[in-house]
Amino acid sequence: MLEARGLGYGYPGRPVGRGLDLALGAGEVLCVLGPNGGGKTTLFRTLLGLLPAQAGSILLDGQALEAMSRGDVARRVGYVPQGHAAQFAFTVREAVLMGRTSHISLFAAPGAADRDAAEHAIQALGIGELAERVVTELSGGERQLTMIARALAQGARALVLDEPTASLDFGNQVRVLREIRRLAAEGYAVVFSTHDPGQAFLAASRVLLLAQGGAQRMGTPDEVITGENLRAVYGVEVRVAAVDGARACLPVL
Amino acid sequence: MTRHPRALAYALALAVLLVLTALAFAVGRFPLDFGDLAALTANKLLGAGYAVPPTTETVVMQVRGPRILAALLVGAALAAAGAAYQGMFRNPLVSPDLLGVSAGAALGAVLGIFFSQSVLVIQLGAFTGGLLAVAVVYAVGASVRRHDPILALILAGIVIGTLFGSMIGLLKYLADPYNQLPAITFWLLGSLAAVAPADLALAAPFALAGLVPLYLLRWRMNLLSLADDEARSLGVPVGRLRIAVVCAATLMTAAAVAISGIIGWVGLLIPHAARLLIGPEFSRLLPLSMVLGAAFLLAVDTLSRTIAPIEVPPGVLTALIGTPFFLWLFATARRSWQ
Repeated sequence: MLEARGLGYGYPGRPVGRGLDLALGAGEVLCVLGPNGGGKTTLFRTLLGLLPAQAGSILLDGQALEAMSRGDVARRVGYVPQGHAAQFAFTVREAVLMGRTSHISLFAAPGAADRDAAEHAIQALGIGELAERVVTELSGGERQLTMIARALAQGARALVLDEPTASLDFGNQVRVLREIRRLAAEGYAVVFSTHDPGQAFLAASRVLLLAQGGAQRMGTPDEVITGENLRAVYGVEVRVAAVDGARACLPVL
Repeated sequence: MTRHPRALAYALALAVLLVLTALAFAVGRFPLDFGDLAALTANKLLGAGYAVPPTTETVVMQVRGPRILAALLVGAALAAAGAAYQGMFRNPLVSPDLLGVSAGAALGAVLGIFFSQSVLVIQLGAFTGGLLAVAVVYAVGASVRRHDPILALILAGIVIGTLFGSMIGLLKYLADPYNQLPAITFWLLGSLAAVAPADLALAAPFALAGLVPLYLLRWRMNLLSLADDEARSLGVPVGRLRIAVVCAATLMTAAAVAISGIIGWVGLLIPHAARLLIGPEFSRLLPLSMVLGAAFLLAVDTLSRTIAPIEVPPGVLTALIGTPFFLWLFATARRSWQ
């Protein structure tokens, strides 16, 4: 669904990462970990076609991303940005409806099918009671769910979420992770980034660990999230422990 | 908000506009009778044959009619352009003056006055000056690639506007203090007193040419109020859409400035007021902004010709109303957009 071959990402004259191979199919969840400035957002912007790839190629449903229009990309990959900065008081329903843009011709307004799709996405995330609230007055968690609903309304089967749990309280972090697992179970391919390596055990089928300087490690959570690897990337001691069969990361202070 | 209050907002705004228009025809140096006005309307629109005093017909058709039409056109155009700029620059405190449109138009007009050109040339000067200023601002903004494109545009607009302002200052300093300086000052403060039907015929097509793209893009405009990356990831080619909207809004502003001179504040206040009433969704915001803008400028112009023995420049009145409103927004409205 979402594939990268020998991908080099970054800016002209300032490469951030290179040689990344990635193939994500339906129902798979990739968790991207790395320190601040480690290139997570740069990678995501490249995967979404917002930054040109410096090397290699990206394939969406087997087709080269660089040959696609913005609309073609939008119908295949949905993006949930980090901390959507709402400037204007759109309602949740209006904001989710904007996800339909790539299905609506340039001069047209959303039609009945678009309204249905938006409504469906709102119901799927259980935020029906928020539909008439304005996004500027939502809590961080509610806004994050609205942005996920907008990405679903887009009709894309691959989703890229940039630090979806950042600045959320504990309950909302769990709710967002649960949503990610549920989407994967429905056949979406999901990529998300986080600062909490423990989340990879909870929600991801694969992990990409990025280090400063372009080093990268990919594999299952059990393979990649080890005390040794986390120390190499973050520079702190971490114990990976099992609690009732589930793994968790415990920093050593 | 449900559909009901939205319809109510439109209905109320239209009713206010109609009442204001009737009032504007009736009051003035030569007060007119509402009965005569109604009879004249019936004669003109329905071909009825009521008797109407000839002076009434002259005042309506030759004097107040063009002026009222100009107020409606300029008010609606400035408000529509303001709504577009505010959405596009993701800032409710932005106005059509921002990209140097007004400064450029003013320089063009002042040059025309300075070289003693005809009214038509002065208007064309205003028009080309406005478009030229935006073209320069856009070129400067696009050439500094390392910055946030919106911030680059705004800063370029401020710098170019200041440059044009100092050139206007030079022309005022050099102008003949008896013939040219009063005309320049008059124009810079804005006025609808001297609008002739020919001016309207010149400006209306340009205003319409700017309105058509804004109307067609009315839903897509909403996407421009998102961060660039978000809008792109939703499938919008942001750069191209922004150029189209800047051109359309500038065309409308320049057309308005060409007939009225510089009347500030309308493009800032009115879209904001409309947004408070009906929300930011552009396909609803645009028509309401236009109706409110037309009503506001008509009220201001009617006041400007009736409250004092001499005409008070409408630009002064809009500033007197606008400044406290702006300060109030600045102090209280933060939460409505953050």
